Amino acid sequence: MPRALWLLALAAAFVAAPAARAEPGRVPLPVLEVDRTTTCVAPPEVMRRQHARMLERRKDLTVRHGVRGGKEALTSCIECHADRQTGAAVATPQAFCQACHDYVAVRLNCFECHQGRPGALRSGAIEPGTLSRWLR
Amino acid sequence: MAEVSPNQGEEPAPSRRRLLAAAAAFAGVAIAPGVTLVEVARAARPGEPVTSKVRWGLLIDANLCQEGCQECVLACNRENGLEGGTRPVDVQWIRKVELKERATGRTLGLPVMCQHCANPPCVDVCPTKASFKRADGIVLVDRHTCIGCRYCMLACPYKARSMVHEPITQQKPEVPRGKGCVESCTLCVHRIDRGERNTACAEACPTKAILFGDLNDPESEISRRIASLPTKELRADLRLDLGVRYTGL
Repeated sequence: MPRALWLLALAAAFVAAPAARAEPGRVPLPVLEVDRTTTCVAPPEVMRRQHARMLERRKDLTVRHGVRGGKEALTSCIECHADRQTGAAVATPQAFCQACHDYVAVRLNCFECHQGRPGALRSGAIEPGTLSRWLR
Repeated sequence: MAEVSPNQGEEPAPSRRRLLAAAAAFAGVAIAPGVTLVEVARAARPGEPVTSKVRWGLLIDANLCQEGCQECVLACNRENGLEGGTRPVDVQWIRKVELKERATGRTLGLPVMCQHCANPPCVDVCPTKASFKRADGIVLVDRHTCIGCRYCMLACPYKARSMVHEPITQQKPEVPRGKGCVESCTLCVHRIDRGERNTACAEACPTKAILFGDLNDPESEISRRIASLPTKELRADLRLDLGVRYTGL
């Protein structure tokens, strides 16, 4: 029965498709250095999808209503997620925010205004042009 | 002769006593928060939304302000991570204005910053509502919605606002700033929200010519000084109801 064989082949192709998608593509997955001894404000699956929405809500609360600090503040994100070598959450391909945003090709423009380093001016000046090079 | 009522000189009837007790208890509840909670905790605590119970402002004493002194300007630059350049395109949140009275030759220097109007023209003209007044009277720019059109800079009678023309990398973490946005004095809003009750300029002034405080609280030092000293608003004819007042002009 050639017709049944065709159908079987088609079904097999559909079943196999997700497996093929799970294989590594041309772009390597970002390798993130995360301290698992502490916990974020939500589980990683939630954070991956919702962090932009959380930050957006928080931004209005902070700018318009003066609610600052706490674990949901962007400064707190940076305190935790700054890269250990470079001390920044952006500006290098390995940096926490930068690595993922490069992978998914989503422009990261928070740090055109926000400081990507925890207490940058306290610890010493960063080289000029480093951030703007990565934030084009 | 009037007849003496049998109840005179005795305690009130039980029902009347209950009513008085209830009234006393009610009065206690009503007075206690009025006296303690409202008066003491007028300003929002850190982490709470700001309220219109307070109105932050400055009182600047032009008699105490020293000619040639730039301490407030430098302190503002340090506090907010401003570059401190003096080109026309550089950002300036406080300017020292030197005045000279022609008839008498009396010279006067005073700092001029955003006057934190109650009726701010910059907020009126902003096409994206990025320019806004917070509940506690501080006029700010929401950089997330500012499109850099600079209409507010034209509308401001005090030239208080600046445009950021170049990319910035040295921002302070608590004062985000970026190219393409208009900005001005924030009355050190990050300090106020942390619970501090002084601005960088007032703290740095060597002669204490700048006084920061709550204009709504009649017990605050700024309110007491405004009530006793002759103070002026700059361009009072515009009737903008300023948060910054000057004395000794």
